[in-house]
Amino acid sequence: MFRPCGLFDETYAKNIAIVRTRQHWILIIIGLFIFLTFPLYLSGRILHFINLLGITLIAVQGLNILTGFTGQISLGQSAFVCVGAYTSALLTVHLNFSFFLALPCAAIITAVIGTIFGAPAMRIKGFYLAMATLAAQFLIPWMVTNVRTDLTGGSQAMHVPAPSIGGFVFNDQQSIFYIIIPITCLSIFLIRNLTRSRVGLAFLAIRDNDLAAETMGINLTKYKLLAFFICSFYAGVAGSLWAHWMRAISPDQFNLMESVWYLGMIIVGGMGSVIGVVYGVLFIKVFDISIILIGPRLTSFLPPQLAQDTAAGLAPFTFGMIILVFLIFEPRGLAHRWEIIKGYFRLWPFKY
Amino acid sequence: MLLFVQFLINGILVGGIYALIALSIVLIYKSTRVFNFAIGEMMAIGAFILYTFLATVKFSLWIALPMTVISTLIIGFFIERLALRPLIGQPILIAIMATIALSLIFKGIVFFAWGSPIICYPERILPGEATMVGKLFLSNELICTFLITISVFISMSLFFRFIKTGLFMRATAEGHDLAQASGINVERIFAVSWAIAAMIAAFGGIMLGIRFGIGIGTLPLVAIKAFPAVLFGGLESVLGAVIGGLIVGILESFVGGYIDPKFSEITPYIILLLILLFRPEGLFGLKRIERI
Repeated sequence: MFRPCGLFDETYAKNIAIVRTRQHWILIIIGLFIFLTFPLYLSGRILHFINLLGITLIAVQGLNILTGFTGQISLGQSAFVCVGAYTSALLTVHLNFSFFLALPCAAIITAVIGTIFGAPAMRIKGFYLAMATLAAQFLIPWMVTNVRTDLTGGSQAMHVPAPSIGGFVFNDQQSIFYIIIPITCLSIFLIRNLTRSRVGLAFLAIRDNDLAAETMGINLTKYKLLAFFICSFYAGVAGSLWAHWMRAISPDQFNLMESVWYLGMIIVGGMGSVIGVVYGVLFIKVFDISIILIGPRLTSFLPPQLAQDTAAGLAPFTFGMIILVFLIFEPRGLAHRWEIIKGYFRLWPFKY
Repeated sequence: MLLFVQFLINGILVGGIYALIALSIVLIYKSTRVFNFAIGEMMAIGAFILYTFLATVKFSLWIALPMTVISTLIIGFFIERLALRPLIGQPILIAIMATIALSLIFKGIVFFAWGSPIICYPERILPGEATMVGKLFLSNELICTFLITISVFISMSLFFRFIKTGLFMRATAEGHDLAQASGINVERIFAVSWAIAAMIAAFGGIMLGIRFGIGIGTLPLVAIKAFPAVLFGGLESVLGAVIGGLIVGILESFVGGYIDPKFSEITPYIILLLILLFRPEGLFGLKRIERI
């Protein structure tokens, strides 16, 4: 963390504070206030996008704990989101659970399943683990499609009721905003605190050198499984929210491509940075939506079939290019770049 | 009994395709320590290039095939030069993400150049019809794939044993620093590995294209099924890749035939998980000893 010189902490409380100055507090409160009044004046489409951002953010924060902080590669986050979505849907549809009870249940069940798939991590690491999670990415949607199709509806869409409390039903973008966004904020806050604790530091030690971490007394098995647990817990929360927000889920919403997008967001935002994930999700999602909106117009001069194919190819091509460019030129992501820019303007017009 | 033999032979022949893909992956992994997740898209590109030479430019097969080989060699060379070389020495996640990014870029390029529909080669490329041996049905293109796999395997073994570049590649696999210290141009070896692997991948793509038609949606999914084959044999072993490919093919065929065709789709992934749980280094792979 960069800090301008001359700025000292005088108390321990100040040293560990996340929000450090009074100006920050004022800005955050005003910002949160404006943010929470969004549903009053923004249109449904924009709110739909913000809700999508919130859900994605939860899933990617979880993945960041596993991949960015602990250094274990997961290609299966989207499959775990699938587990969360279907668990929550099954609980509410067939067992008449309330959404507010189904959400934690789905999160815990997903976390357990994620930990089972992470169990090979006790013996293997790095690239082999990517393989194990890749297997999960194919096995889980296959199971949803083919096992007990009377419950899940197989490859057909499964319909999920909207969350309701008392007589109030959260069935439009405006109202469900107030479920999704507080959970997103809370999850980011918890992750931020977790990464500063002993657990978070142990994760960092494992990422930097797992053998050295073990010699320093960190129980590798425990912390790796814990990272998997947290990662899939977040995936479960995201999945449950996704199910009750989309209201219709099918296994092909949770494909390998989605997992790759999640990893791409971490790379673009900055691995091992909580705020970086926010930048990454925002960047990639805004980019994605603009490709979807602009793509057909860019290619409209071509003959129809060709135009359609070109528009379809635009998204993977540019996304791949973005990841590659970030990997080669800025592997520490937008978060690092933003710190550099801030540092530059702090002393401007002087060099140092 | 007849059914058993038929399933076994089908499995061996389908396994030939997996083995071919696995060979390409092993070749890159052996010398550069990068696992190529873009293999499926590289196969598709090779198959599409042959299609363009055959159908659009209307070359005969005997001109189109060498042209395809040359183009894929060049593509492989440029992949290494532009995307992978700046990332040498980075952590493993970076290399994995780079190849995934490459696969996305290739997918986009295929959409731009050839579109999304599944297309078939204009004429029957392979000579002859399906062979019947007694009552056993041997599909023609699978036999060809199998023969190509065997010949690629033999030529790779000879290449690693007798050709100078092949020896350099083995030396590079042992250790990049040591190889460089003894005067091997390691970066050039990387480029050569990628070029040859792209060529082998293109062969795999063409064979799959003859069997299933060429499409960007289907070919990469088959390629992912070759990953268990690579792990089964061991990441560094050429022989292991072939044996792993055959075993995955045979198991898939038996599961599809005796248990449930739907279940055969995920058999490779279950094999993958079992390998990872019980013998992560594979049959012929090396156990790495790590030091701090």
